[in-house]
Amino acid sequence: MTEGGRWVGAPVPRKEDEALLTGHARFIDDMEPVPGLRHAALLRSPHAHADIVSVDISNAVSHPGVHGVVTGVDISAATRPIPSAVRVPIDYYPMAVDKVRYAGEPVALVAAEDRYVAEDALELIEVEYRPLPPVMDLDAAMDDDSPLLHEAVGSNVVHHRSFRYGDPETAFAEADRVVRLDWTFPRYSSTPMETYGAVAQFEPAPDRYTIWSNFQGPFILHALMCGALGVPGNRLRLITSPQSGGSFGIKQGMYPYMVLLAAASRLLGVPLKWIEDRLEHLVGSSAASNREDAVEAAFRNDGTLIGLKFLNVVDVGAFIRAPEPASVYRMHSASNGAYRVGNIYVDNRLVTTNRLPIGLNRGYGGPQFFFALERAMDAGARALGIDIAEIRRRNFIPRDSFPYRAPAGAIYDAGDYEAGLDRALELAGYEELRAGRDRARDEGRLFGIGMATAIEPSGSNMAYVTLAQTPEERARAGGRSGGLGTCTISVDPTGSVTVKTVSTPAGQGHATVAAQVAADALGLTPDDIDVVTEVDTLTGAWSLASGNYANRFSSVVIDAIGEAARLVADKVRAVAAEDLEVAAEDVELADGTARVVGVPEKALPFRRVAAKTHWHPAGLPDGMTPGIFETAIVSPPGLGPPDERDRVASAVTFGFICDLAAVEIDRGTGRVEVRKYVSVHDVGNVLNPLIVEGQILGGFAHGVGGALMEEMVYDEEGNPLSGTFADYLCVTAPEMPALTVGHVDTPSPHTALGAKGMGDGCSMLAPTAIANAVADALGREDVDPPFTLNRVWDLVADGGGAG
Amino acid sequence: MLRIKPGTRHRVTVTVNGRRHGGFAEARTLLSDFLRHELKLFGTHVGCEHGVCGACTVNIDGRAVRSCLRFAVQVDGAEIGTVEGLAEGGSLSPLQEAFRRHHALQCGFCTAGILISATQFLETNPDPTEDEVRDMLSGHICRCTGYEGMVRAILDVAGGSS
Ligand code: FES
Ligand code: FES
Repeated sequence: MTEGGRWVGAPVPRKEDEALLTGHARFIDDMEPVPGLRHAALLRSPHAHADIVSVDISNAVSHPGVHGVVTGVDISAATRPIPSAVRVPIDYYPMAVDKVRYAGEPVALVAAEDRYVAEDALELIEVEYRPLPPVMDLDAAMDDDSPLLHEAVGSNVVHHRSFRYGDPETAFAEADRVVRLDWTFPRYSSTPMETYGAVAQFEPAPDRYTIWSNFQGPFILHALMCGALGVPGNRLRLITSPQSGGSFGIKQGMYPYMVLLAAASRLLGVPLKWIEDRLEHLVGSSAASNREDAVEAAFRNDGTLIGLKFLNVVDVGAFIRAPEPASVYRMHSASNGAYRVGNIYVDNRLVTTNRLPIGLNRGYGGPQFFFALERAMDAGARALGIDIAEIRRRNFIPRDSFPYRAPAGAIYDAGDYEAGLDRALELAGYEELRAGRDRARDEGRLFGIGMATAIEPSGSNMAYVTLAQTPEERARAGGRSGGLGTCTISVDPTGSVTVKTVSTPAGQGHATVAAQVAADALGLTPDDIDVVTEVDTLTGAWSLASGNYANRFSSVVIDAIGEAARLVADKVRAVAAEDLEVAAEDVELADGTARVVGVPEKALPFRRVAAKTHWHPAGLPDGMTPGIFETAIVSPPGLGPPDERDRVASAVTFGFICDLAAVEIDRGTGRVEVRKYVSVHDVGNVLNPLIVEGQILGGFAHGVGGALMEEMVYDEEGNPLSGTFADYLCVTAPEMPALTVGHVDTPSPHTALGAKGMGDGCSMLAPTAIANAVADALGREDVDPPFTLNRVWDLVADGGGAG
Repeated sequence: MLRIKPGTRHRVTVTVNGRRHGGFAEARTLLSDFLRHELKLFGTHVGCEHGVCGACTVNIDGRAVRSCLRFAVQVDGAEIGTVEGLAEGGSLSPLQEAFRRHHALQCGFCTAGILISATQFLETNPDPTEDEVRDMLSGHICRCTGYEGMVRAILDVAGGSS
């Protein structure tokens, strides 16, 4: 507990841990929810781009132990294509039908008595391909004479929109200095340690599907799956596993596989289980987008940022898969970052190539957006001869201007960016660090300091995705807005409390924090409360926005938990008031009792009062509904649809992060050694400091991976070269630099507990802060991650480090 | 040397966490699959099945070994320790306790293998340096935690027991 006697804010150890530490927690591959399961394996395309001439499954079908085989033609007959918010003529099926568009795309499914036999049978399927020229280069893909992925679209550019806020033309004309950076950002993925997994069952009369999986939401995709399977929502029941082994957004991308398994279960007449293996995961799941963008920043001589242009070219992979193109729009309404700049131009082009389709990944659009903005800030500082901290200070939104309406519509709830910056400088020992850099340089060493700041949006407005449509298209499509949070709290006839959060966590400790919130409201301890975090779309209270993404737990779900707990508390207090013969306002819930305020000996056990609502309805206050089963549905404030000028309040809360990195580069090897890394966060009111710190450390690891080593590499023919964990290098313990964490937390007025979401954290900034430090060390701005030995060695050999 | 024809199943008997278990395995059945799907000991996890991530690590006859790199028939008669056996008498081991205290796990998917490796590591090196701990952990991938909590937890237990 905290000193104030509350559970919220205290470093409560996690409820989840004991089962996980003893091997008793259950994940999807531990489950056999229906009898008679068959095991599925997928044949995947070895070609990046090819016509499918024929598929001969006869030998596979007759292989002993095989139950049946399904091909893309079967799937296209049994399902409808899955649409996205971009209206282009692309028929996206979860299995290739007449053409493959990336190496790893599913081509056939075998169901067999076990996975070993299913994989044996894959080798017996004969597919004849007619290879087509692969489209791997983004620039070339946009040429008029490029081979096309989707002939009916007529171009590989599947989406193009541009946006103007303020008067960017005048700002650039009047600027003293314009900095332009052309940059590429690598494709990488958070590769959760547990891969995708699902069990799908079709049952006839009436037709219905049940899918158990480690899908993370958003459950808006349930509607798309229903559309693909041709059933109303009540005939597609999605149930998530009790535990999920990490996700970071990636497990959003499994929904096409869920459709595939559901359809195959129907075609084959058996329930199917499929657990993706790591090789499949690395070529066939999902990834963050690689991009080839340019950014222009217009400055006055004093460092004032007066205009920004973002020219974004996004590789979406072989299909534009919902919720894409959300990755370029998640940060859009906050395109000014932490700064006052009001004149902004954004041009978004989304291009299909023969790579794996992109989707959610930690930071979702943030790492790329902040790479542009914050690289431009450091480059601008160097061009103008202003310190990198000072140039930010001069441009920050001042602390007294919150809530702040950003030019593209975001409403920043609260912040004190300058205090965050000061804290980071203090923790870094900035003056001494700069002196150290000078000394190192005098000795001929390559030493650099870089910085990056971010605002961290949390709790998405589902409507931001419709920025992909023109205002006219949006008007035709009908209104969209909001991001509902739901929670149900029940007290059963024994008086014990269960909280249902439908938040599908994958390690973020939702059960613990939910129990803290409910415990405070009900006068209980977190141990008294059980929390069910999984989703069951048939029996739970959920909505489109349910799931675990966009940092929405502490900005949205937490308020639903608080509200449901308040409803339960009100009821318990009303029941107790009658028995204690006082007014309900005079009853408080504390220490496991309902008691009279100021007269603690006049108390009744919480359990008994709550149980009475079940056991003795006739003894309840007049008009009270018996039982306790309270559902709260909260709609965060201010999340309207985009206006006719494409402005939208895209998120509920906006945290702040200020990162500072110092690196030294070994001239001999090109190795980038992170000498110091400081990260200061504004997460609003802290709900559980242990979990907050864990999220920050984990986000940092993903950011460091993206900065230094991780990349999904394809060769020119479109062959994936990072198809194992020996080729796709995740950071391990010895590679992790030390992280110094600080806080300058400003409570959010948009949430009941003042918390902000904070799960993306340094995953959004470490690639940029480290890139800025590398640029500083080498005295050149053309530096793009990942900063692998080869790449950096080339930069050093190419004359870097003149400074 | 034992020869098993393809497609035939062989009886494998092992002692897991002090109890005898028997089941059937083909020649090609991985130990990880045998433990999980034949013996229904789901605490051991599979993260890559190609020997890199360390999630599947179990203790075989006193050594921490990747169970995805062993065939079940190879361990017939062996003594195996898995995560289910670490909490003796229902209370968490000091290392498990320290993992909880230091928030060394988030999703917990990597945790079983790391606990097995770290337990054996501390038996052979009861007073390690931080670098040694990180070096030992380099055989494992954790995507959630950034490793910081587990480094602290292992050092904490080492300090406490030395
Ligand atoms: S599953 Fe065995 S090392 Fe990854
Ligand atoms: S705790 Fe999730 S992978 Fe380690």
